[in-house]
Amino acid sequence: METIHCDETISRRRCPRTVDHIHHRRKMLEHEANANSTHSKTTGLPRKRFYRARAHSNPLSDSHFPVPISPSQVDYSVHYPQLFPSPDKFDGSKRIEFADVGCGFGGLLISLSTMFPETLMIGMELRDKVTEYVKERVVALRSSNPGQYENVSVVRTNSMKYIPNYFEKEQLTKMFFLFPDPHFKEKNHRRRVINLHLLDEYAYVLREGGIIYTITDVEELGVWIKSCLEGHPLFEAVTKEELEADAVVKLLSSATEEGQKVARNGGQTFQAVYRRIAPCVSNCEKH
Amino acid sequence: MEEESEKNPETDVAPALISVHPTHKFVSVAIGSDLRVFNLQESCVVTLTDVSGGHKDSIRAIRYSANGQLFVSAGDDKLVKIWATDSWRCIYSVVSEKRVSAVGISNDGMFVCFADKFGVVYVVDIEDHDVEDRVPVNKKAVPILSHYCSIITRLEFSLDGRFIITADRDFKIRVTVFPKNPVNGAHEIQSFCLGHTEFVSCLAFVGCQDYPRGLLVSGSGDSTVRLWDHTSGSLLDTYNCGAQAELLHSNGKEEEILHAVTDLCTTPDGSLVAVAIQSLPGVMLLRCNLSTRTLSFAKVISIAGETFIPTSIGAASSAPVLWMVMGASILHISDSVSLARVRAISGFTTSTSESFDHETSVLEDEEIPGGESLLQTLQGKLSVGKEAFSTAAEAVKTAMRNLLIKKQYSVERREFRKRGRNDMKIKK
Repeated sequence: METIHCDETISRRRCPRTVDHIHHRRKMLEHEANANSTHSKTTGLPRKRFYRARAHSNPLSDSHFPVPISPSQVDYSVHYPQLFPSPDKFDGSKRIEFADVGCGFGGLLISLSTMFPETLMIGMELRDKVTEYVKERVVALRSSNPGQYENVSVVRTNSMKYIPNYFEKEQLTKMFFLFPDPHFKEKNHRRRVINLHLLDEYAYVLREGGIIYTITDVEELGVWIKSCLEGHPLFEAVTKEELEADAVVKLLSSATEEGQKVARNGGQTFQAVYRRIAPCVSNCEKH
Repeated sequence: MEEESEKNPETDVAPALISVHPTHKFVSVAIGSDLRVFNLQESCVVTLTDVSGGHKDSIRAIRYSANGQLFVSAGDDKLVKIWATDSWRCIYSVVSEKRVSAVGISNDGMFVCFADKFGVVYVVDIEDHDVEDRVPVNKKAVPILSHYCSIITRLEFSLDGRFIITADRDFKIRVTVFPKNPVNGAHEIQSFCLGHTEFVSCLAFVGCQDYPRGLLVSGSGDSTVRLWDHTSGSLLDTYNCGAQAELLHSNGKEEEILHAVTDLCTTPDGSLVAVAIQSLPGVMLLRCNLSTRTLSFAKVISIAGETFIPTSIGAASSAPVLWMVMGASILHISDSVSLARVRAISGFTTSTSESFDHETSVLEDEEIPGGESLLQTLQGKLSVGKEAFSTAAEAVKTAMRNLLIKKQYSVERREFRKRGRNDMKIKK
């Protein structure tokens, strides 16, 4: 979930008037050329202004979108048609391994897709319009780059409620939580996507050694996330050396729209990268 | 429009509950804020001692501990009361932040767990309870796990005590490893049992000496009873009660909701599962085969003479009696005491004996263990009027629907509510 409007129209309000004028004229021209098309003629990609959405969505409200009853009901042929041409062909040999929770406009997924072409990955987003945008973006990328981006997809869902409906136990190897909604008010802290109790569910879907990546530009939230992960018996911090060797870590601040904006404004970011470990405590207890 | 459903008093109707002491020593009925206990062994009323004055709002969950020494009651007044059954004194009173929807006691009787309406499960350590204290001790509860903002409907411990199982209104059953020291939280999820397509309303275990680990059975608003291997989370069998219930009383009326399963009760040998179903007068018995891991229909025991739809059922492991109660906390009929109706079925032991078909029978009021004095105690009065039944059945049904089934809004209504949203304006 994005914290601030990543809408071009809104950030442009801050631009000097002259620039705005130029933009406006260019937009007018573009508009004529495209004549109500939601996709850019030159790149074939969807245009964000047709997918405006509110910055926040309430994760506590009742959901009215379809949710698979169990992970076995997730239709891979809808998400990865090239790899799974028909729903019956799915044999469970290859399953989703990366989940980007609150994927927003999908910047990270697009970068990961080419970096790990053999790995299936999915973005989960609560805002329907943003999900629509990512869907269109993937379709456009697939058609302009044949053979590529076949391993990436997106689903509209409330991951705080339905993570176990999508993934089996120990299915994932990486989970991403980039620039989540900070929910400053104390009474809204339980809406934060990382909290001690939800980490139980993330630990359940992650396999041993799987990694959870988080980044935020809000210091208060950064501290909160770190303390949750630190206090959870099934996670341990990834060492500095490993972080430096991990190419994915660099994407956290550079690949997403939100990350680029923070970088542009010279903002600070706070990362927390933790590994899922074996439940040592209960094992010791048993023996 | 919204407000009216929000303040609807019918959501606050609580069904009457029944719980039976494991060795058939006591039967307890909770209706509204009223807790009624009858001593079956000595055939007398039990007087509860609680200096803090008992419950002040509807009781939503009651339960005896496995060894029968403890009894727990909790509900809408955000109080969890732990009673010692030897003296029937309230030894602990635990304050919850939210209304309590389910309670459980660990098999060793050392921890009481309760769940609130926001999906958080708390644990209270009662190991060190001092029997001599006259005043109930206030204990602090610690959160150990959470279903994200979903109402937890039932909380159960596995037969071997390794797992704590929680069911919620979002169709989920979560199986969590119950640690030696649960005060530090229960973070290791063993499995999720997913397959129900409506709220999960009840849980029970079936097991026997040859199969001590047991299997989990669950009932749901989707009118099915399902059998699970809770360690792996795999669904073993599904029995659809709706079809059978429909056959029995097809009054041609189209129901807008399914025949929700409201309660389950199993026999100690795990061969029989009693199922209480909304709108089924009586109780349905299912056979459970632990070796083939299947559920099958045994029979429906209907109750002649009155429309008795049990809201809660229970049995002791030592006596072959299935106890049932029907009632609701708030009835529009103005009576000074909340009324409940108690019935019992004999022969609730096993489905394996050959004479099974003849053995089970509904006990008449005079045949019931404890007799008239039990009925007087648990029901509030001896005879319960007919109109009370239909009101209770309807009220409980509405309350359950309002509480557990998601409200459905038409597309137009949702669009209308979004009319002021900025992101919707661009279309025009």
